[in-house]
Parts: sequence; C-alpha cells; structure tokens
Amino acid sequence: MLSATAQELRDQQECGELSSVEITSVCLDAIDEHNEKLNAFLTFDRDDALQQARRIDERRAAGETLGPLAGLPVAIKDNICIEGVTTTCASRSLENFRPPYSAHVIDRLRNAGAVLLGKTNLDEFAMGSSTENSAYGPTRNPHNLDCTPGGSSGGSAAAVAASLVPLAVGSDTGGSIRQPAAFCGIVGMKPTYGRVSRYGLVAFASSLDQIGPFARDVTGAAMLLEGLAGYDDRDSTCINQPVAKYSQTVDQPLEGLRIGVVKEYLEHDLDDGIRSSMATSMDIYRSLGAEVKAVSLPHANYSVATYYLIGPSEASSNLARYDGVHYGHRSSEFDDMIDMYCASRGEGFGAEVKRRVMLGTYALSAGYYDAYYLKALKVRRLIRNDYDAAFQEVDVIASPTTPHTAFQLGVMSDVPLSMYLSDLFTIGCNLAGIPGISIPCGVGNDGMPIGLQLMGRALEEETLFRAARMFERETDWHQRRAAL
Amino acid sequence: MNYTTVVGLEVHVQLQTATKLFCGCLNKFNPDNPNVQTCPVCLGLPGALPVMNRRAYELAVKTAIALNCNIAEFTKWDRKQYYYPDLPKAYQISQYDLPFSSDGWLEIEIDDETGETKRIGIIRAHLEEDAGKNIHDETGGNRDSRVDLNRCGTPLVEIVSQPDLSSAEEARIYLEDLRRLLKSLEVSDCNMQEGSLRCDANVNIHVHTDDGKTIATPLVEIKNLNSFRNVEMAIEYEAVRQFQEWQETGKTFGEVLKRTFGWNADRGFTFEQRMKEEASDYRYFPDPDLMPVTITSEQVGAIQQTVGESPVDMRKRFQEAYELSRYDASVIIDQGKSFSRYFESVGKKCGNGKSAANWTTQDVLRELNERKIEIELFPVTDETLGILLHKIELDEITVKSAREVFEILLAEADAGKSVTPARVDAIIDEKNLRIVSDTGELEKIINEVLRKNEQIVADFRGGKQGAIGPLIGQVMRQVGAADAKVVREIIVRKID
Repeated sequence: MLSATAQELRDQQECGELSSVEITSVCLDAIDEHNEKLNAFLTFDRDDALQQARRIDERRAAGETLGPLAGLPVAIKDNICIEGVTTTCASRSLENFRPPYSAHVIDRLRNAGAVLLGKTNLDEFAMGSSTENSAYGPTRNPHNLDCTPGGSSGGSAAAVAASLVPLAVGSDTGGSIRQPAAFCGIVGMKPTYGRVSRYGLVAFASSLDQIGPFARDVTGAAMLLEGLAGYDDRDSTCINQPVAKYSQTVDQPLEGLRIGVVKEYLEHDLDDGIRSSMATSMDIYRSLGAEVKAVSLPHANYSVATYYLIGPSEASSNLARYDGVHYGHRSSEFDDMIDMYCASRGEGFGAEVKRRVMLGTYALSAGYYDAYYLKALKVRRLIRNDYDAAFQEVDVIASPTTPHTAFQLGVMSDVPLSMYLSDLFTIGCNLAGIPGISIPCGVGNDGMPIGLQLMGRALEEETLFRAARMFERETDWHQRRAAL
Repeated sequence: MNYTTVVGLEVHVQLQTATKLFCGCLNKFNPDNPNVQTCPVCLGLPGALPVMNRRAYELAVKTAIALNCNIAEFTKWDRKQYYYPDLPKAYQISQYDLPFSSDGWLEIEIDDETGETKRIGIIRAHLEEDAGKNIHDETGGNRDSRVDLNRCGTPLVEIVSQPDLSSAEEARIYLEDLRRLLKSLEVSDCNMQEGSLRCDANVNIHVHTDDGKTIATPLVEIKNLNSFRNVEMAIEYEAVRQFQEWQETGKTFGEVLKRTFGWNADRGFTFEQRMKEEASDYRYFPDPDLMPVTITSEQVGAIQQTVGESPVDMRKRFQEAYELSRYDASVIIDQGKSFSRYFESVGKKCGNGKSAANWTTQDVLRELNERKIEIELFPVTDETLGILLHKIELDEITVKSAREVFEILLAEADAGKSVTPARVDAIIDEKNLRIVSDTGELEKIINEVLRKNEQIVADFRGGKQGAIGPLIGQVMRQVGAADAKVVREIIVRKID
C-alpha cells in the first residue's frame, strides 16, 4: 500500500477495498518508523489525522458525494497556515505560533476530502535549497540519508519519496518544489503565478512565491493541483480563470508537441549523468512524435543575480513583521524598544535568513534602489520576454531541473553562492511567472535521482501534465522507490 | 527688518468608509474596546494578504476632484518601512512616486469683510493605511506601553499643500475651509478630537533685511496639531522662535536638515523632538501583494457627478437667494450637506429665508443637540416645518403659535405618533390658534366684552392706562388666536 499512487489509493477506497483510516494508519506508522531518521515532519497529530479519516469513511459509508481527494493523506509544508496548528516556518521566531486562521489551500483541501496528515520541514522561511536552514534540524534524502533532499520544500519531498504520504504540498519561490522533487525522484510542480491563492502561505518573496503539489506520479500531481488551484478574492494576485480538469486529460498525449531545449543551460557545468539523461529524455520525446529543437533564453545567465535581488528585497520587507511585538519570539532580555527589536530578531532568525534580510535591506536602501532593485525589475522583464519569444516557437521548454544530483549534507552550507547557483535552471519560471514541472528521468552515477524540468506558457499547466505523462508512460523512473 | 511666515500643511483625513482600506474590519472610532476591530490582515499575521477597498479609493478620488487635482490613470501601492509597535507589518501601505492625484488647489477666503480670496496649491493627495495607537502608561514609574490596533488599516488621505500659506491665520483658514469642504463632500467626519483630521505644519520664515535681501530660515515640521487653535498658535510661536534663532545663529535654509518639532499645547511652545538615530530611510518599494489601480476618464466623470456644489459656492448662493448674512449661511453649511438641504427645503416652502434660517439654526439645531441625533432622524420633516412657517408668512398664525405647534409635533413624535404635515393644520384647529382676520367677528366679541366690563372701561376712561390689559386678555381668550395689537387698537378706538 505504501508504494501505491494517489489515484490507486482513491480507486481502492471507491471500490471499498481500503478505508481512509487504513491508509492514514499506514502513513502514520511509517512516520513513526522513519521520521526520526528523515526529519521530514515537524508536526503530526495521529488522533487528529485518524479522526479526519474516520469522518471521510463515515461520509462515504453514508453515500455522500465526496471530493476528488477524499480520504487521501496530504502533508503540508510548515509555511502554510492551518488554524490552531503550530506553523513554524522552521524558524525559532515562530516556534509557538498558532495561526487563528487557515490558508485558502487548506480550506480547499478539506473541501476536497483530503486528510491533513501533518506539517513538513523546510529551510527557514523557505530560504534555501537543502532544508539544512531549518531551526529544527535538516531533513535527509530517503535515497541516501547522507544527502540533502533539496529545498526548501525538502520535508514534503522526502515524505512523498519515502512513502510516508502519497501527496504533499510545497511552495516554490525559486525552485523550492521542483529541485527537491528532482533530488528525491518524485513529481513536483510550480504552477503559474496566481493560479493558486497565496492567502495563508507565509510570504518569503511575494511576487515569486507559489504553492504547488508533490506526488509519486504525474497523475497524482494533477489531482492535487486540481484541488489546490482556484480563485480566491483574498489574494489580489490570484487569477480569476477556470481550473482545467488536469486529472481527466492527463493521459491524452499531445499531437505535434514542440519541445525547446534551453541552449544556454546545456553550456553549463552539468553532471555527466544529467547531461546523458537529458539527451535520452529528448530521444524518448522524439520517438513519441515530438519535435525537439534548441531555443535560446539570452538573459538566462542573469536570472540568479536578478532573483537574489528581488527575492531578498521582498523578503526583507515581508519578514520585518517578526519583531516580537504582537506574536512570535520576543527576547527575554532587552533595554529599550530598539534593543527589543534587535534582540528578538537576532535570536529568532538563522544565518541564511539574516543574510537575505541584509541583502534585501541593502538593495532597497536610498541611493542603491535604482542600481539594484529597479535594475533587477528591468532584467526580470527581459527574462520574461525571452520566454515569450521562445514560446512563439515551441509549446514546452525542457531543461534539467538541476545541474547536479542531491549533494551531501553540510558541503554547501559554508558556500552560499554555490548553493544559490544550483537554482539556476528553476529560477526562470518564478521570474517569468510561468509553470514548471519536474519529473524523474534517470539516475546519476551516484545512484541519486535526476529530474527533467518542463516549462510552459502561463496557465498551461494542462499541457505540462500531458507532456510529462507522455514521458512517464514510457519510463519507469517514477516507480523507483527509496529503500529505507 | 521684518519677516514673512511661510507654511505648508500636511493634512491626514480619515475616510468614512464602512470597512478598512485592505480588509473587512469595521472602520469605527472605538477607543473603549481595544483590538476588537481586527483580523489577520490588519494584524499583519503571517500569510495574510491585503485587498483594496474600492470604496475608499472612490472617496479619495472624490476628495481630490473637489481639490481640483489631476487624477492619475494609473496608480500603485508602495510599502513605507519602519519599525514601531503600532505598525504590525513593520511597513505602512502607502503611495510614493505615483500618487493617485496631484497638482490641485483650494481657494480660501482670507478676508471676511472684503471677500478677498487666495488660491493655495495642493502638491498631491495620496491614499494610505493608518497605523494603530500606542498607549503609554507611565503612572507610578510604569514603563509599559499598550497597543490598540482598532485604527490600524483605516483609510487615510494625505493632502499636501504647497508652502503658499503666508501666516498662522491663513493656515487656520485653509484648514477650516478644507474641513468644510471635506464635510460637505461627506468623505470624512473630520473630527479632530477623535483624530479623523490631523495636521502637520512645515514652517519657516523669510527674513527681509534692511538692505533688501530675503533670507529663508531652516525648515521645521511641527507634528500632530490637533485643533485649529493649536495650528494657529504653534505656527505663530514657531515663526517668532525661528526669527530669534536666526538672529542668534544666522543659520539659513539648507544649512540645517529639516527638523521635527512638537507643540506643547498646555504651555504654548514648540520643542524639538528627539532626533532619530540616523536619517530615516523608508526603503519604499512597490507592494507586490497589490495590483496597480487604473481608472478611466468615464469613471472619473462618474465620481465627479457626486462632488456637487462646493461649500463656498453654496454659502454665496444662500446669502443671495435667501437673503442671509454670511454668518447665518456659514452656520447652516457647517452643519453639513443634509442639514443644508433641510434648510433649503424649509426656506423654499415657507418663502422667507431669514425665518427658515432662524428656525433651523435655533429651534431645530437645539433639538438635534438635545436629542443627539442627525437631521435625517429629526421627526419634524423639512416639509412639515416649511408648511408651518409658511402659515406665519400668510398671517394664519403667530410666531408664538408656530412655536407651540412645533413643540406639540415633537411631543407627539416622542409619544410614538406619526407626525405628518397634515398634523400642522389639525393642531392649529384643535388649539384654536388660527388668527381671526374677520374684524366683524372680532368687533362683535369686543363689544360684548366692553359691555360686561363697564367698570374697567370707566377706569380706562378715567386715565388708568393699565386697565386695558384685562380687556385684551378676555378678548384673546375668546378668539384663541388674534393679533393682540389689532385687538388693542379696536378697543382703544371704541372706548375713545
């Protein structure tokens, strides 16, 4: 049961072979057994989860019409608010913060019948690519416990990869869903900016953040996004467009699909395994009738620099509220008001958060704004234009999700710039606001999973799911399970 | 050697929307129940997001149109960042480089007698959210502060004038005229005690030296002036202080950075507030949580339709059309638009503007104050009062009788009865208040009274002038409503 896909678990419930309580119990037992070594979950409440499951089983027994995710356990990244449930953002500053309200996606998941299993680990405030920047310890990669699961949604990715839960929700600001999906050998999607409401997602960089799904296969991701996406008038940046039935069309192959491979990305220093997997993947698409050609994103090499100005600038502002006045950590020792702010924030934040808050504060300062923040906004526009131009020629843009496979814990902690550069291929989607999906497409020489990234036009998630599923049908990388 | 005072005012006006600027919480002055009008959005909780209140934007545009400003087709929101406990997000959502309006003016009347006016430029008006309120309890060495966030997120329009005001008095007049305008627009209640109208003054002086030079002194911003009187007194004081300071230091504009002063209203002096540790840098940047706002010229036109007559125009019209004094017209207009409409309706019905003004500003206003209600809820409608006052004009009843009817109408309303215009005639008849204009009828009654009171008539004839009083009284009692003067004349004629 642990290795079943979300769709299989749904079907088995529908035909009465399995109950949600049984599924949920198995997940909870797996968490009990493996979470200590993985540290994927920060919070879970067995009684509460089983109660949710029982309720779904009762409703099913009563013949009620249930939502599309009925009875399926879902893990939630711990930067998404659930009313009354501690939401830490893996930060000391929110150690005891219990939001008095739930995020829009939580309401949607509940309406869809999902069982909210628990809250997963992340880099503090989603800042990082390894889940090592968590105040509650790093998460480990189920494929190799010495390796990172990636980040920042490392807890969610590891939980799905380790079969602790069939589905998980993450957030992606510069690759925080796609990179850990690639590192853990699962499927992860960042939807179009505005496709999913951010209401209740604790902001890191408001113009880049987007909530998205993790699953073991493309269909599971399609099912979960269908549950997450939809208009919410509490988020002014949320798009008021109908959500396609992704899970119903996912098995339909695309005729005459045109795929563009990003020329600039392949000029980078890539793991050999990644380069060859990329080539093999494109051969598979050709064999399915797709046209594969090179496309250029001329400003791609500026994306990391642009991202590390815009992201931290917005973060410096979004995180200013954690001052210990109204909620969150307040230092026990201070002299006056200013000192209270300094001490509370100094104690509450970890090193990476402090680094980015300082970067952003600097970039927005009088005298530097034009040279840094404003310039970054202009380059962001050029990067978006690159994608628009490329999408004139192709339907989907393909690239490796990451330049290398999951690295060992600790090796990158002291070299933040190398860590930042590892986001190179994923950042573009966030800057352009377009959707991107990562699917398993191979294994490196080190035995660690490799991800293939497909990027699409705004609001064309359906195209990405169908293109991804075409590939998935022909391969079995998604069936490879981590042996714990 | 003399000097001119130069003043520019920054006025913050709370808009009277039902809800706050970026959330659905009530926008209501409620100091007795702190932190009850709050939600995750205005508390700045993690993950909460703002959504603009379109009504607040429309009221702001209406304000700017009345101030003759250009309305920007495209405007956006910026974050103004600073740390203070009454600001839970540690930034205020405001407008920086692209305010929704700019380049307007307000004409103020600087001389009552001559009617001389002056046009004061408006640099810009922008929309922003208010902060909460810190309450410092320092009794008994207590260092604790409390924060009330009821006000946090209330919509504010900040109106920034050009430094066109040339005296403390002009600054006061500008503020008074601005308040009158805003009240007539019904965009704000402009209650200075409750903080819905707040004022900061930028002040310096231009010294005119004996050798014909003009020297500007360093700029001072006086913060939080909470009454018209304080605005005038603080500027007055500050101008004198700057002149003395200039004589002592010789420092001129540009040599000293702009300083922030407070005003001690109890003791009547300005004082420099604690300098911030470093120059403030608010690190403004566009708020990524909010979409820019656009408006079409059709939409501006539609809002323009709601602006209506300015209080100055209305005052002038009232003076002319109803033959009112400037003072009476101002008293009416200062009561707001509904009250002005009420007056106008009464005036039209009764046909005597002066009478309508007297009744509305005295009798009606007194009752409103006693009942603590607005004109909309006053039981004697404009139609009823107009009909009643018209009867005075027709000599159907006396002013005294009208007052009696007015009181009866109010008493009946208080007793829960419905007070329709028809009640006016009914009460007049019930109380026999109608003036008897038929002198034949009147003379018959007088003859009867004189016949019955031969002794009194004799006394009067004998030179006892006071004797006529009881005779008049008896006649009046019988006819109910008669003009006592007419009765006296007839009696005197008959006796003589």
